[in-house]
Amino acid sequence: MQKKSVLLLSLIAGLGITNMVSAADVAMDGRKIAFDRTKGNCLSCHGIPNDPKAESTGNIGPPFIMMKERYPDRAKLRAQIWDSTQANPRTAMPPFGKHRILTEQEIDQVVEYVQSL
Amino acid sequence: MRRQRRLTTFFICLLLGASMGAHAGPAEDRKALIEYYKQQLPDIKFENYNMGALAMNRDAMDQYDSIMTFPPFVLDVDVGRVIWEKPFKNAKHFSDCFPDGGKNIAGNYPYFDNASGKVVTFENAINACLKANGEAELKYDSREIGLVTAYAKSLSDGMKVNVKVSGPGALAAYEKGKQFYYGRRGQLNFSCSICHIDNVGKFTRSEQLSMMIGQAAHWPEFREGTELLTLQGRFRQCNKNTRSVPLEFNSEEYNNLEYFLTYMSNGLPMQTPVFRK
Ligand code: HEC
Ligand code: HEC
Repeated sequence: MQKKSVLLLSLIAGLGITNMVSAADVAMDGRKIAFDRTKGNCLSCHGIPNDPKAESTGNIGPPFIMMKERYPDRAKLRAQIWDSTQANPRTAMPPFGKHRILTEQEIDQVVEYVQSL
Repeated sequence: MRRQRRLTTFFICLLLGASMGAHAGPAEDRKALIEYYKQQLPDIKFENYNMGALAMNRDAMDQYDSIMTFPPFVLDVDVGRVIWEKPFKNAKHFSDCFPDGGKNIAGNYPYFDNASGKVVTFENAINACLKANGEAELKYDSREIGLVTAYAKSLSDGMKVNVKVSGPGALAAYEKGKQFYYGRRGQLNFSCSICHIDNVGKFTRSEQLSMMIGQAAHWPEFREGTELLTLQGRFRQCNKNTRSVPLEFNSEEYNNLEYFLTYMSNGLPMQTPVFRK
């Protein structure tokens, strides 16, 4: 009974957001990159309090919370990830775009994920 | 007016430069860093800096203490003892190459040799002894050199690290090591100092970052019980982990780095050999 209504609900919800699915998919791709130790490995330095799967995260950088509120300007968020040394020359954070650690597309995906937090 | 201001600025810079020149040097570097760590890690006593990340975590320290009551690497160290005690073809021994049979001497290494203009590590001294006695030298990446130094350094267990930097050659080697330590390299753009100075005590994933002072006092170490690792082996790991190209064992760069790093551990007792996670 309960299972059925959940299914129904998610079906309805699914119908409602079909045109948003692509953004969510992009965010999920970004999440994968952020978690992957050979890619973004953002978790080695940043906690993600609202993502229960983000385990054993480091604390060298600030946690990802309220990112949309704190980074309403998407370009600014992207710039921080592309080359963190611009904002802080002494930063610990690797310059993901400038040093080609991630591709431009991967950075867009990560931005989408981080903004969703 | 403008020119005068510029001139004043110029003189202030000159003065500043001169006063920094007068003060900056190995002893001042070390003092400043100890002060910094005291502020960052107020609960950790200087005497415990040689415990590194273990000093920051009660559970890890308890685990260390219990493992060290019956160290899993005693047999390995015993293999090192056999190498150390085995007579050379000319009937001499390693112990003949060192003062006091090699007791309480390892803390004096590395030292700067003015004649060759190079840093001499303890491993270099072991190989110099072999060579002087007509024996084949050991490879710097071999388990054998790790084992024999593990035993030889156990004869200096508890000796305080006592590295000297005097004279222009020594100072230049120290400065090169320091530059390496603070220099950014590799795709990830890290320097050693970003992790072990700027972010000391913080976590990368679940690893807590140890303070640089004290790091050089306990080598080689046995990780996970019996996996032997030398200090330069650890340099290579940190370089690899941060995607920068690891250098060769016994390269001039690593020897200078070891010189700088070990100087910074001066005054701390050597612990050899030890277990590390
Ligand atoms: C080795 C450490 C490290 C890694 C890895 C890292 N960061 Fe950072 N990050 C930092 C630090 C430290 C800061 C704080 C600002 C500074 O010092 O530059 C920061 C700041 C940020 C900020 C600004 C946060 C704020 O609250 O203002 C964002 C966004 C960010 N990082 C995103 C990322 C993303 C996305 C990744 C992975 C693709 C990542 N970081 C990987 C260390 C890191
Ligand atoms: C991105 C972070 C990072 C960078 C950069 C880094 N290290 Fe490390 N280092 C670690 C971690 C993590 C450990 C294991 C935990 C600990 O003991 O600090 C470690 C351990 C060590 C140890 C062993 C400590 C002990 O007592 O067993 C030494 C020595 C060391 N690093 C030296 C260096 C040197 C030299 C460099 C630069 C060439 C360097 N590290 C760069 C993260 C880093």
